[in-house]
Amino acid sequence: MRSAVVIFPGSNCDQDVLRALREHTRGVVEPVWHANENLPKDTDLVVLPGGFSYGDYLRPGAMAARSPIMKAVKEHAARGRYVLGICNGFQVLTEAHLLPGALLPNKSLSFICRPCHVRVETTGSPFTSRYSRHKVLQFPIAHHEGLYFLPDKELEELEKNGQIIFRYVDSRGALSEESNPNGSKDNIAGIANAERNVLGLMPHPERASDPALGGIDGIGMWHSIQSWIEEKGRK
Amino acid sequence: MSFHAEIIITLKEGVLDTAGKAVSLSLRHLGHQGIRELRIGRVVHVNLDIPEEKAARATVETMCSDLLVNDLIEEYRYTLEKI
Repeated sequence: MRSAVVIFPGSNCDQDVLRALREHTRGVVEPVWHANENLPKDTDLVVLPGGFSYGDYLRPGAMAARSPIMKAVKEHAARGRYVLGICNGFQVLTEAHLLPGALLPNKSLSFICRPCHVRVETTGSPFTSRYSRHKVLQFPIAHHEGLYFLPDKELEELEKNGQIIFRYVDSRGALSEESNPNGSKDNIAGIANAERNVLGLMPHPERASDPALGGIDGIGMWHSIQSWIEEKGRK
Repeated sequence: MSFHAEIIITLKEGVLDTAGKAVSLSLRHLGHQGIRELRIGRVVHVNLDIPEEKAARATVETMCSDLLVNDLIEEYRYTLEKI
């Protein structure tokens, strides 16, 4: 498995992702500068990490979505290869139209930085195949624009197609308004595209991939993608 | 010929405007009454060195669809004047 982590000006979770991938997947893991026009040869997984790309100017992720590397990321996704966007990376994926919807400012108007619980809504995705369905995971969140928005009709489609991968829940796995930290529609924390080879989520699995950081629930995501690629073969 | 474009970008109706809600609440706390709704947008000023109005309009509209406006959540209008 070969992974590439894109670094935009203002990315700040790239090193965490590189470390998590190096520790929990087998194969080459490389950083890629956003101004490059090509991904490393035979890249299986591209990760767009968290941070404040381009200072969050205009709209979070808007300018990063138009970076030179994104053309290659779109081609990579169109070939059925895997793309993961975390936090600002999720915002970039929506701005690049690789995922539906938009991330709006949190309902509370505050920047929220704390652990939260998410529930695995489906294991039928390359990123969640090694978890069990409805398993509750603890991932940290750290964002100001994390309210997932999609018009109701399109939201129904998303639900029907099984594209909702993670929802915010309480520690027992129950959905409630209180367990929804940012006011996201339907408690949505992470979604995939229709083909499920592109995933975006606001919480940070890479910050829950080492006991020293207070949790290891994120390791399952790296193992999921690793075994998915090994089983299905390179796209 | 040069043109000045003023582009006003606002959130579409039905899209939650948290900043607008906060400012509206602050104004109410200051004693301002009768605010039914307050929504905040963004204004972009662009000076263009483009010889014809038609081409200048096309440029503004392309800039909006390429980057300035996310048409899922935002809408825009603009004015163009010779400078």
